[in-house]
Amino acid sequence: MRFLLRRLGFYAVAGWVALTVNFFLPRLIPGDPATALFARFQGRLSPAALQALRATFGLTPAPLWRQYLTYLAHALRGDFGTSVAYFPSPVLSVIGTALVWTLFLAGSAVVISFALGTLLGVVAAWWRRGWVDGVMPPVLVFLGALPYFWVAMLALYGLGFGLRWFPIGHAYSDDIRPGWTVAFAADVAAHAVLPVGSIVLANLGGWLLSMRNTMIAVLGSEYVNLARAKGLHPARVVLRYAARNALLPNVTSFGMALGFVLGGSLLTEIVFAYPGQGYLLLQAVRNQDYPLMQGIFLVITLAVLGANWLVDIVYLWLDPRIRDTAS
Amino acid sequence: MSDGARAPGIAPWLEAIRRDRKAAIGAALLVAFALFGLLGPLFVGDPTAFVGIPLQPPTWRHLLGTTGEGQDVLAQLVVGTRVSLAIGFAVGITVVLLGAVVGVTAGFYGGRADGLLSLLFNVFLVLPGMPLAIVIAAYLPSGPLTLALVLVVTGWAWNARVLRAQTLSVRQRDFIAAAIVSGESDARIIFSEILPTMTSLLVAQAIGSTIFAIGAQVGLEFLGLGDVSGVTWGTNLYWAQNDSALLTGAWWTFAPTGLCVALVGFALSMLNSGFDEVTNPRLQLERDWRAHLAAHGLGVPRSTPVVPDRD
Repeated sequence: MRFLLRRLGFYAVAGWVALTVNFFLPRLIPGDPATALFARFQGRLSPAALQALRATFGLTPAPLWRQYLTYLAHALRGDFGTSVAYFPSPVLSVIGTALVWTLFLAGSAVVISFALGTLLGVVAAWWRRGWVDGVMPPVLVFLGALPYFWVAMLALYGLGFGLRWFPIGHAYSDDIRPGWTVAFAADVAAHAVLPVGSIVLANLGGWLLSMRNTMIAVLGSEYVNLARAKGLHPARVVLRYAARNALLPNVTSFGMALGFVLGGSLLTEIVFAYPGQGYLLLQAVRNQDYPLMQGIFLVITLAVLGANWLVDIVYLWLDPRIRDTAS
Repeated sequence: MSDGARAPGIAPWLEAIRRDRKAAIGAALLVAFALFGLLGPLFVGDPTAFVGIPLQPPTWRHLLGTTGEGQDVLAQLVVGTRVSLAIGFAVGITVVLLGAVVGVTAGFYGGRADGLLSLLFNVFLVLPGMPLAIVIAAYLPSGPLTLALVLVVTGWAWNARVLRAQTLSVRQRDFIAAAIVSGESDARIIFSEILPTMTSLLVAQAIGSTIFAIGAQVGLEFLGLGDVSGVTWGTNLYWAQNDSALLTGAWWTFAPTGLCVALVGFALSMLNSGFDEVTNPRLQLERDWRAHLAAHGLGVPRSTPVVPDRD
């Protein structure tokens, strides 16, 4: 329990750093971002929008520390200000629905690549110099070196545009009504194959290699030798004895990978015009919609921090050593 | 510090390139790309000039076709190589230096300094890098310097963590204790006792960071956060996406650029893993064992000798 609380404290610090970076960024650049934005829109923004922008940035005549406190209070209430591109919608409501799509995309990609990569790593370590061990690592390392979104572009071009096997964009077809129906779920799945697949392809190699390398070390340890000598079934030795322990470093990097994949999936979404955070982010960058950009950064950060805490809970369950020192 | 003290760091790399096929392939590819970026621009025309009908497939006149703006794709690719690689390597090296300063300081001094610095890099590790980079880059004037800056800000933490751990283990060795007892200054201990033992690790880290820097840089530019009027790999892809190259079937506007990014990343990781192959005692032992078995006319068994973890 103390372990989890300590981690929670750490995530609180990380969240606070993100909030503070967000607060000071607009103040570091010379001039007033609200006025600069207003000038850039050349009269297409109403004075009301300018006021809303000022309020969003918290650029009031109050002293800096009071601006900062107001900002923190607003952020805690989930008030990230008003979007410029989607004026006058508040940032949070613009982000809301898109977040579901991003979490769905990045979440399923991370889970699939983690599960598949780890499994392949176990196989590669057990049958050293077998087919999986010989062919997969170099091929997957090469695929891992490809930029995420470029793999997505190739997949879109080849499988979507060329062969017409998969839809070439969006999260679901225009002619289907969103709802909890089988038809809608199938449609969403069909649209997700290419984006998820391209992210999985780019990530598989890392999971495979790290699992393979830890597995090889663990398979050489004494307790695995003992388990073998006892005549335990090989499947039991591999899965219950070796893999469970070899999994620990992979679980630790899971949280970090999540942040990385979320970043990468933003670009993948843009390629597929997938209606998630990436697509919003592109709109935000194009329209210089700073409040929206910052809101997206904060929301993604919070999602990553939350996921990391869940990973900590899983870690606690997997590694009894931490449980014992904590109690 | 004499050259002799530095040599142990670089020599294994040359050794790796000479002995390991993977490392040799990686090094050759890298040299080829460096020449491509340095000398290539002398042989192609102006990459931003209008030279032909837009979105023309590859022909003898334009070996990689033309872009949606009627520019020569090959010229853009060659000219883009120079900027993209320059930023990649500059960021890779800066990130490692920054990581070394923070990591070694934390590991060497310990105590409160270590606590604070560790907290700092752990926080930066857990913050999602790409969104952070995007937010910072959006506020700064677009250009190579901004890109380099945001990549350093989002990329240094991992190196700091690895180098702190390494410093902690080096610090416990006897020769450091001897240096402290003999009254050497902290700076001297750090720069001429600790850092030289980590040279090869630093180079490996720099290679990893360069891979990260090239990939992330291309991604940011693809989003339109680079200087979109410049010519780099990322902006090439940005324009390809903007001109709907994908939906008009103009594969030649995006395929070559991405392939180059991938090849550079591949070359760098080959170099790194080839080096690991040569210097990692675990893999070294296995290699010697196999050579020993082969020398006695025995087949290579399934199981492999492994140096057990003692910790």
